[in-house]
Amino acid sequence: MKALEIKALKKSFRSNFLIKTYRILKGINLNAEKGEIYGFLGPNGAGKTTTIKCILGLITPDSGEILINGSPAVSPKIRNILGFLPENPYFYDYLTGEELLRFSGMLFSLSRVEIRDRTRKLLKRVGLEGKEGLLLKKFSKGMIQRIGLAQALIGDPDFLILDEPFSGLDPIGRKELRDMILALKDEGKTIFFSSHILQDAEMIVDRVGIILDGRIIREGKLHELISHGVQYHEVECTHIDEKVLAGIHSAFIRKDDRIVLRIRLPGEIDTVIGSILREGGSIESVTPVKMTLEEIFLKELQEGKCG
Amino acid sequence: MRLKAIVLNTFKEAARNRIFYLLIAFGILFALSSRLVSLLTIGDTVKVLKDIGLAVINFFSVLVAVFTGINLVYKEIDKKTIYNLLSKPISREQFIIGKFLGLALTVLAALAAMALVFFLFLLLTTGSFDAPILLYFLMLYFELLIIIAISLLFSSFSTPILSSIFTLSLYLIGHVLWTYNEFKYKLTEPAGRYLSDVLYYILPNLEKFNIKNAVVMKIPVAGDQILNAMLYALAYILSVLALSIAIFRRREFP
Repeated sequence: MKALEIKALKKSFRSNFLIKTYRILKGINLNAEKGEIYGFLGPNGAGKTTTIKCILGLITPDSGEILINGSPAVSPKIRNILGFLPENPYFYDYLTGEELLRFSGMLFSLSRVEIRDRTRKLLKRVGLEGKEGLLLKKFSKGMIQRIGLAQALIGDPDFLILDEPFSGLDPIGRKELRDMILALKDEGKTIFFSSHILQDAEMIVDRVGIILDGRIIREGKLHELISHGVQYHEVECTHIDEKVLAGIHSAFIRKDDRIVLRIRLPGEIDTVIGSILREGGSIESVTPVKMTLEEIFLKELQEGKCG
Repeated sequence: MRLKAIVLNTFKEAARNRIFYLLIAFGILFALSSRLVSLLTIGDTVKVLKDIGLAVINFFSVLVAVFTGINLVYKEIDKKTIYNLLSKPISREQFIIGKFLGLALTVLAALAAMALVFFLFLLLTTGSFDAPILLYFLMLYFELLIIIAISLLFSSFSTPILSSIFTLSLYLIGHVLWTYNEFKYKLTEPAGRYLSDVLYYILPNLEKFNIKNAVVMKIPVAGDQILNAMLYALAYILSVLALSIAIFRRREFP
């Protein structure tokens, strides 16, 4: 079953004097399966946050449909199963971390006992144990992100939406957040996050949607995207003279005592390896070199812009 | 539960703001300073004491109502805490009603603090408990509830400065609204009379709640007048809240 289904979503904004219309979303279609980590990737201004705000009902789409677990996303009831962490979150700074979680728990109509238990567990989970009495105005950016995640989890949501969760975090914070997202997936939750930090996304996502200028230009499972993206094979060999090798395959470089050949056509690999072995050379390794998510992303953006 | 969360959070926000205490402290200070004025007066010093004291409390409680009312919703939008709030399972109606009730509680606390000190002060100065003053505070509270609803309405679509100007203007107009009725008879054009009538019924008639002279002069206030004023307040508040909800429902948070 689909956790999130967006069909032909369009949204435009008018300028202050209603003269000009800015089309932000130009027909978004995307699907996130239950239990997946979905990376919603795109450059700044592509429409990521606008899409998320449409999902949450903070803005009304001009047209299109948004379904969460098969039900329309417009009803406040559907938000019982949603958890949301905004981009650069700002919470009531006059509250303490514990009070924020209590307040959030009350908005989910949790009982006093549930709120107390979940608050304790979540503070521990996000590493803020012992900081429950500190006012949020004294929190660092990383701590705000942590308490933000805790308040998003207070209702024990099936579906978690995180808007740019990695932005502004240090490497340790990013690693901890990645681990936490993976742990949440193991608990059966669906996680939908927007990001432009691709290295982090690549390490955890199951499915990727790339948005550019208000349109999804590529969507698919990460491993499918990456396997399509094998650029060439690297063959490392030794014990062979460069002059002999030049007769077999011209594209190679020397790295210390080894020679690395770069073979672009998969059909050539067997022939090249056979020839090297016949000439008395040794094969040390054969490695397919895939495109990284960043390279795929940049390629799609380039093609998207040209198209 | 959800409504309660918003009500309590609204109250907590106001209660953790220093300006809230500053306004109450000044209210109490100025109310007590009426004693100094009464010392300089020839005649009934107690009347002067009450007159000035009540006027001061009225003034400062209106300030509390306007400034907390205007800032609270605006800050939610400006600081983007509203994104987080509206992404939870609450409706926009619950948000507006919760904010209103939270503000009502805040203003009640401010008014109760000022009234309590003033009562004790009167008790110490005059040696007697003046019960009709309680009625004055009750009527004042109903007036404040109307002001809160109006400030909430403006703050749901305008900036704090404009909202304060609009709300304070309506407060002042509300106390001279009877002049519209007088003015109507001076107008010869039917359109002018019609407009004057419309304004008379749309704008808040806050003089309905002003029973200060009667309380200070110890003139009994008719039960009908009080009931009428309360029903008026209720109808007015519900209408303004309905309008705020209608505006807020359409509001987008891009």
